[in-house]
Amino acid sequence: MSESSQNQTPKRTPLYEKHLKADGKMVNFAGWDMPINYGSQVKEHKQVREDAGMFDVSHMVVLDFKGNDVKKFLQHLLANDVAKLKDPGKALYSAMLNENGGVIDDLIVYYLADDFYRMVVNAATRENDLKWIEKVAADFDLTLTERDDLAMIAVQGPNARDKANATLSESDQKLVSGLKPFFGVQIGDSFYARTGYTGEDGYEIMVPNETAAELWDKLLENGVEPIGLGARDTLRLEAGMNLYGTDMDESISPLAAAMGWTIAWEPEDRDFIGRAALQKEKQNGSKEKLVGLVLEDKGVLRGHQKVVTEFGEGEITSGSFSPSLGKAIAFARIPTEAKESCQVDIRGKLLTCRIIKPPFVRNGKSLI
Amino acid sequence: MSNENPSDLKYTKTHEWVRDNGDGTVTIGITEHAQELLGDVVFVELPEVETTLTEEENCGVIESVKAASDMYAPLAGEVTEVNEELDGEPELINSAPFGEGWIFSMKLNDIADLDNLLSADEYEAECQE
Repeated sequence: MSESSQNQTPKRTPLYEKHLKADGKMVNFAGWDMPINYGSQVKEHKQVREDAGMFDVSHMVVLDFKGNDVKKFLQHLLANDVAKLKDPGKALYSAMLNENGGVIDDLIVYYLADDFYRMVVNAATRENDLKWIEKVAADFDLTLTERDDLAMIAVQGPNARDKANATLSESDQKLVSGLKPFFGVQIGDSFYARTGYTGEDGYEIMVPNETAAELWDKLLENGVEPIGLGARDTLRLEAGMNLYGTDMDESISPLAAAMGWTIAWEPEDRDFIGRAALQKEKQNGSKEKLVGLVLEDKGVLRGHQKVVTEFGEGEITSGSFSPSLGKAIAFARIPTEAKESCQVDIRGKLLTCRIIKPPFVRNGKSLI
Repeated sequence: MSNENPSDLKYTKTHEWVRDNGDGTVTIGITEHAQELLGDVVFVELPEVETTLTEEENCGVIESVKAASDMYAPLAGEVTEVNEELDGEPELINSAPFGEGWIFSMKLNDIADLDNLLSADEYEAECQE
């Protein structure tokens, strides 16, 4: 278990055969054999922005928490406050911090009942997350179950919900189509949530491993196209959504990762892990911030390129060519005082970028 | 697998193809295999006309959505022409790597240097390794 997942034979999701059938180009991602694309990343990206696409995200980790102390536990574990969740099925995005206020992971937590919450964490951080969660949970009355019996398919795009609804029975359709944004509902053995990682409408569907391929085929029949991890990355970047491990990690606080909005400071007496460190940082002011960049010149922004501002240097955390905008975009961590414009060092040339507040694209429309 | 690389071209281990134009100049592009590895090309940094290049000198960059990839001069010579079309339509490299997606032309210092490059079959064998 202690060996790096990259050294072992990559695991396969229940949809592995489907990826091969769709000509998926498979790569090792966080110890899983996953499709990076099915031919053209740009085409897949546009398919999601303009119609409907589906992603196999079965590598992500689903954790069920049950017991009398679950709410109290999550209020201590997470920087956002699960007490905000009052209606069953409601979801919340949060960071899980260490004592120094560094981000251990970002996650979504669903409130299903007073003694039942479900959490979805990243695949790449699975072992570290579990170790941390189990350590913190030791003082609480709860049971933790990893739901590796569930696969996950994200269906995203302006037509995603209509096309996914069409695969359901009439009675299930009513329940699912009535979901408000950031809500989920149990449908038989499956869980449908109106969430995503693309900036488009859609669902993330947790489905038993045994029936995942069947659902995939039904979605395919309804015109939902397979989309690889490559497009998933450019879609989330345009949508202004962080990627754990590149945009933030255990050495970065949520305040320096554009995640300030996910910290619930009230009530003041809620003692969540990392609170003291964050409060200190808030008082003193963060030295750095995470912003969006749009390259005004020709070229492509990439992670780790140096950013030059009049207040000092920074670095690009995620960068790519934006298929929706036809220009290069990025997230960069730069001195807090910098605004409006900066320069990025691309192979020794300093090119001009505009500093913006992400997102770059939402619901198919440019925001820059 | 059949060989998809035209037999009248010469090749490099770094996945460039070279066409002998018969007048002391050659035209250079990247192979089908290379464009497939790169994925969607979104930007090409071309060499400048009249630049003198040595063999294997870095002379430009092809950026795909995925990554940036260096381009090398297959042989020593001077750049005579670049494909300006790539400025507006870099995706020509994906759609027609051996045709409209050509990248630049050079006048070689010694046209006989062409013999040092790989044949289509030799290149194919390299790709299989």
